[in-house]
Amino acid sequence: MNSVIGMVFIAIGLFFDLFGCIGLLRLPDVYNRLQAATKCVTFGTCSILFGTFVMLGFSAAGIKALFCIIFLVLTAPVSAHAISRAAHRSGIKLWKGSVVDEYEEDSDQV
Amino acid sequence: MRMTWIIGTVLLLAVVAVIIFIDLPTLFYPDLPFVGFFRHCLYILLLSGVFCLARIIRGPTAADRVVAIDILGILIVGICSLLGIPTGRSWYIDIGIAWALQSFIGALALAKYLEGKEFDE
Repeated sequence: MNSVIGMVFIAIGLFFDLFGCIGLLRLPDVYNRLQAATKCVTFGTCSILFGTFVMLGFSAAGIKALFCIIFLVLTAPVSAHAISRAAHRSGIKLWKGSVVDEYEEDSDQV
Repeated sequence: MRMTWIIGTVLLLAVVAVIIFIDLPTLFYPDLPFVGFFRHCLYILLLSGVFCLARIIRGPTAADRVVAIDILGILIVGICSLLGIPTGRSWYIDIGIAWALQSFIGALALAKYLEGKEFDE
């Protein structure tokens, strides 16, 4: 029973990973690609690790999978935010269909 | 324009259907429990990694390549976790934790470099 629940979690995570990478390949802009890929792939990998924890139970490997989930949730948004801020500061233009750029307005005011 | 959309969608569905429904040759230990399911999972993650590599090759700016490298690092953590279950070797998850740490520090350093600062600011 535990293995079936773990396989369901792993399958959900796999399809989130696949759709995130399709978005990374398909969307027109750096910021859109970051927006699509980071959240989908982080959630998908966390779901795969939770499936690993469910399949292995409270053994050493399962507890390490839980620690890996906490570490990914803490670090992946930080690195994505740093990359997008650096891309905006290095002068990469937005896609021409974008409607608003709040960061540009705020840095004009200061 | 619409024709390329349709051709790409059909090709993608065909590749995913081949991965799910046809037994591709095994990449690792063939006589362990659930090994068929994990083989399909590993092929889907490898397809995602190929998409990231295509973005690294095609990317018009440097920021695209940095984003693709960050995403590839997170995918490799999932691959290590999946390899750890059917082989029964739990040190694959240790490799996953270490890879996540290294990928985080590498992404921060590349962002600093992209912003045009020195590393000690």
